[in-house]
Amino acid sequence: MADEVILLDFWPSMFGMRVRVALAEKGIKYEYREEDLRNKSQLLLKMNPVHKKIPVLIHNGKPICESLIIVQYIDEVWNDRAPILPSDPYQRAQARFWADFVDKKVHDAGRKIWTTKGEEKEAAKKEFIDVLKVLEEQLGDKPYFGGDHFGFVDISLITYYSWFSAYEIFGEFSIEAHCPKLIAWAKRCLQKKSVSETLPDGKKIHGFINDMRKKLGVE
Amino acid sequence: MGEKTQEVKLHGMWASSYSKRVELALRIKGIPYDYIEEDLSNKSQLLLKYNPVHKKVPVLVHNGKPIAESYIILEYIDETWKNSPKLLPEDAYGRAKVRFWASFIQQQLFENIGKMFTCEGEAQEKVYKEVIEKLTMFETAIKELFPGGAPFTNGENLGLLDILMSATLTSHKAVEEVLGVEILNPEKNPLLFSCNSIEGTSFGERNSLSS
Repeated sequence: MADEVILLDFWPSMFGMRVRVALAEKGIKYEYREEDLRNKSQLLLKMNPVHKKIPVLIHNGKPICESLIIVQYIDEVWNDRAPILPSDPYQRAQARFWADFVDKKVHDAGRKIWTTKGEEKEAAKKEFIDVLKVLEEQLGDKPYFGGDHFGFVDISLITYYSWFSAYEIFGEFSIEAHCPKLIAWAKRCLQKKSVSETLPDGKKIHGFINDMRKKLGVE
Repeated sequence: MGEKTQEVKLHGMWASSYSKRVELALRIKGIPYDYIEEDLSNKSQLLLKYNPVHKKVPVLVHNGKPIAESYIILEYIDETWKNSPKLLPEDAYGRAKVRFWASFIQQQLFENIGKMFTCEGEAQEKVYKEVIEKLTMFETAIKELFPGGAPFTNGENLGLLDILMSATLTSHKAVEEVLGVEILNPEKNPLLFSCNSIEGTSFGERNSLSS
């Protein structure tokens, strides 16, 4: 019986992108369905009644929610190829720790850069750079956070890359100037098809954020 | 290769329910450990060395290697000590469901209850309403997750969600007293209300969890 895999998603979402990258890494065929977040589909509301958010993976009719939970699910089900998490429990715990760090710190700091002004924005920039520096230190001299292989932490962070140029424009700063190793890592990840074919162009994200700022009244 | 002694240490704090989660898991699995009480106003050098990023408890140190973040520690324990009871189900979908509800308990229940301590008046009312709404949602979900009856009401087949619920909700009476509100109502949340404490179950008595 063929697997039926459907992904409910929203193109600029860095959370949705994580799932798309994982599916591409594993070479899984799936149906992509774009959601209009101002007019959510009945299917989305039925499959994620608790949070009503994307991404939602529907595998043979059963929903899985929360991007990092979905990525782990994909890794566990399609466990015969391209492993995402390491097999050693200690290494897995470390991978989960750093992916959790990305979730807790990167999103909010980044968001404040384009939703605030003046002093708040400056504080947000500093926080954002500090967080990236911690990650850069953790990366060290390894090619990927996963070591020699692109893995869980890489997937959790790389999807923010398409938002970086927008952060830089609104924040009036250069991420590469502060974190050159991290940008080098990102470019390395982009050489993988699963990443380059998933991440939208930075200009498109910038356009999207511009529209959001108008709607939120941030100018 | 000979038997390697497993050295397990837990840096915790008596009032931290995050710390309690790990203790419950270790006891449920029957894993012997050394407990180190941390004074959070004067953190030990070891704690700062083992958890330089967040500088928080709990930290599990297994054969000298530290693991931080209570939920991540619980999964590590389950993957390293494979004896029963299993804290997570074997199938991937079951695991995804447990992870989803674990995240829900943490973010929607625990953190919101915490917020109620730091705001007042209308803001507090709003958070309170959210907490009650989420508890109802969760109560409904438990019925689906455990069609044979919730394990934490009978102390058998305890798993990860039971640990989280026990550690999060055992202090609900204290929370209710301090805030002057009712969080768990026996009629509205029968399953959660009966999840008072793993201490109150036959498992708890067998293993003298209250000491």
